[in-house]
Amino acid sequence: MKIIIIGDGKVGYSLAENLSKENSDVTIIDKNAEALKKAGEFLDVMCIKGNGVSTKILLEAGVKEADLLIAATTSDEMNMVCCLTAKKLGAKHTIARIRDPEYANELSMLKADLGLDMVINPEQAAANEIARLLSFPSAVNVEEFAKGRVELVELKVTAEMSIIGMQLKHISSKISSSILIGAVLRRDEVIIPNGVFEIRENDTLYIIGRSSSVFNFCKQISKGSQKVKNVMIVGGGRIAYYLAKYLDETGMKVKIIEIDREKCIALSELLPNALIINGDGSDDTVLQSENLSDMGAFVSLTGRDEENLMSALLAKQWGVQKVVAKINRINYAGVIKNMGIDSVVSPKMITANHIVRYVRGLKNALGNPVETLYKIIGDQAEAIEFTAGASTRFLDIPLKNLKVVQGVIVAAIVRKNEIIIPHGKDVIKPGDSVILIAKDKKFSDLNDIIAPGGIPDEL
Amino acid sequence: MNFRMIFKRLGVVLFIEAACMVPSLVVSLIYRQDDVKSFLLSILILLVFGLGLYLIKPVTTNIYTRDGFAIVALGWLMVSFFGALPFVISGAIPSIMDALFESISGFTTTGASILREIEGLPKGILFWRSFTHWMGGMGVLVLTLAILPSAKANSLHIMKAESPGPNPGKLVPKIGQTVKILYGIYIILTVVHVVFLLTAGMSLYDSFIHAFGSAGTGGFSNRNTSVAAFNSAYVDIIITVFMLLFGINFTLYYQIFKGNFKSILQDEELRFYVGTVVAAIILVTLNINGKVFYSIWESIRYSAFQVGSIITTTGYATTDFNLWPVFSKCILIMLMFIGASAGSTGGAIKCIRILLLVKVIRREIAKIIHPRSVYTVKVGGRMIEEETLSGVMAFFFLYILIFAASVLVVSLDGIDIVSSVTSVIATIGNIGPGLGIVGPIGNYADFSVISKAVLSICMIIGRLEIYPVLLLFAPTFWRRVNI
Repeated sequence: MKIIIIGDGKVGYSLAENLSKENSDVTIIDKNAEALKKAGEFLDVMCIKGNGVSTKILLEAGVKEADLLIAATTSDEMNMVCCLTAKKLGAKHTIARIRDPEYANELSMLKADLGLDMVINPEQAAANEIARLLSFPSAVNVEEFAKGRVELVELKVTAEMSIIGMQLKHISSKISSSILIGAVLRRDEVIIPNGVFEIRENDTLYIIGRSSSVFNFCKQISKGSQKVKNVMIVGGGRIAYYLAKYLDETGMKVKIIEIDREKCIALSELLPNALIINGDGSDDTVLQSENLSDMGAFVSLTGRDEENLMSALLAKQWGVQKVVAKINRINYAGVIKNMGIDSVVSPKMITANHIVRYVRGLKNALGNPVETLYKIIGDQAEAIEFTAGASTRFLDIPLKNLKVVQGVIVAAIVRKNEIIIPHGKDVIKPGDSVILIAKDKKFSDLNDIIAPGGIPDEL
Repeated sequence: MNFRMIFKRLGVVLFIEAACMVPSLVVSLIYRQDDVKSFLLSILILLVFGLGLYLIKPVTTNIYTRDGFAIVALGWLMVSFFGALPFVISGAIPSIMDALFESISGFTTTGASILREIEGLPKGILFWRSFTHWMGGMGVLVLTLAILPSAKANSLHIMKAESPGPNPGKLVPKIGQTVKILYGIYIILTVVHVVFLLTAGMSLYDSFIHAFGSAGTGGFSNRNTSVAAFNSAYVDIIITVFMLLFGINFTLYYQIFKGNFKSILQDEELRFYVGTVVAAIILVTLNINGKVFYSIWESIRYSAFQVGSIITTTGYATTDFNLWPVFSKCILIMLMFIGASAGSTGGAIKCIRILLLVKVIRREIAKIIHPRSVYTVKVGGRMIEEETLSGVMAFFFLYILIFAASVLVVSLDGIDIVSSVTSVIATIGNIGPGLGIVGPIGNYADFSVISKAVLSICMIIGRLEIYPVLLLFAPTFWRRVNI
């Protein structure tokens, strides 16, 4: 697939990195030669220095044969013009990053008139993500499969959970919820667990199942955790606005602390149900006097990474159950993970992930059987969704009779509206969506998961 | 430095070299000469060493620019060393230094030989000798990138270190794809060349030998008198045209393939290259006409062949240009410095660098006249980064410096000054024949072992464009932690 990315910022770079690894031909256009240098050196992509709006540059990048153009520069207007020009020149699909809420309201009109296939608003996407995390307090991360019917939840095992020391085969009898633990991260090692695997404290579990089942499971294993009722947000920017709106719709009480008086007034006008406090969110006393310790969740969304992390740590210290911090610089993600903050979100990474997901969908339409693919546990394992079709060689054979390659687990089968957490007697039927979790391996075809001679009666 | 990863990569290179010996083995099997054993043994040695290196388990697979340079420099030394094995084992070239010289001369597409008598050697050995030209022309490590499926982004460092030109780049986003396109163009042009030589009445074997020689711009022939042995105007014309074609940047062939003819006509380097060739042919023809040859057509035929052969750094000869007037010889020496286009298989300084140097000088003069003026150097309407320009100037200075230092060492042998100087020019520029005793009918056999070693290093320095080899001599390059 031929993809052109305009704007080699964090989003552009991370998109190029992901897409080029998935075997797409990626060309990056940017005005800044310095920014391109890094991409040229570390990624297998072509870099062109120039303005992405210019027809000459776009033609040089091969826009005529391009399957997709992604405009991710800092300017909304430029992104729109790039996409418009590219579409006129023959690009098949275009994606624009548009963040101004003013434009967001005219989105449907813009999409039609500019020929945009997808518009992404990083702040809105981030707010969505945070809302999802808050509705699932014990989860570190939540990913969706089969159009949202199946969820993959990353969960850290803490001391008070009832499943510590339990073997996996006993879990289903103790807890009445149909889920599957597809992968476990213990220290830095990824394990695809079997029935005798014993859960220990500090393991990170990757749980797959119907959304409600996973939610139930989480509720049963952790005593203290119930639905978040009160949320404190520090920083009243765009993400805070979108987030407060979402949370309000789900019935949570929201308190926003913002230092700028003007912004507070604007927010109180836009969000009638939220409590807006004019104060410094990095100030210990302000947070305490607003009963930080009684909050169900704390989200720090100011423009400065350090402040967000510090106030998140403070909230954790005061015993807030779910703490989320926004960071812009993703370079130190590994360090931050060990700091004890429950979840860290980065709007840029979320944007990139959304676009990558869309591109995979496009590829799927072009004949690649992979429906969805997530890299989990820092790229060490993958969760992949395939659609079983006529070419699948092991239809209607009970799974227990199949010999599957080491390090792969069939995590879920989605058949129309039914979600099956597979056991030995279950079979795969044509048209099923099959979700796999695979360690250290890449699969591009469902048949590849069968070990040699793994299908009975095949001569 | 990620030594484990470097050596693992080198193991793969040895595998590929073993595979490249198979055609020569087939040739020797066809002609049933006594060199079969030497190829079998060499392939076995390559596989054993290759496997040994390949089995090294790297801690991380990350390689950076300096690792890429190390892979290329060490890779070339290793490939040349193992490439000399068939010569030594078969007894064709008993002395190890001589065999190394011949092998390096082959891989670097120089075409300088220490052999006094070529025609008596086994056909398989001669085929291998010419095949090394073909491998070295486009690059041995680039070949590994084309064949290996695992060409990652960081392989670009390897391609950059091995490919000629101030700023080698990609044709398409994927490096593996780029390299495949380049090799595809190379193979097609070579095959077309072979077909043309066949129509000229050459045997299939001779056609391959001479096509390899001109494709890699090497210049090894299987005849003592080089191309002159065929004494056919048609053969001369074919080889002249193809030598010149292989001296053009291969990117332009890709543009033709894409139907982008306009960009070719506008390519400044190509214009400079063609202009230089035409001017040199006219000047040499006028100079030799009436003195060496007595018909204008004959003068053109020989001057065109020689100019094409020297500027593309091939080094074939149809006549002994040692006997030409001094003016013509001086023109040929200048062409030896200029060389072919960047991104071609030719060597020496390259047209684009000369072009940039001229433009920089023009800018310096303009700056004296208008001290406050701001000039950017442009080629083909595109601005050239200052970094590239200073790189070109440093390269030019280094080239001259290494040339001067090598001449000093070679002059210790006490051979006449023309031979000493041109032997260095002809090896560092990967041309092959120089003037005097190293002229088109001479050879490098009379130099001492030290001079042969220096000239061998000059050939590798010229082929890899100095820096990779220079880095091998820098102590900090070898430290595990570079500070």
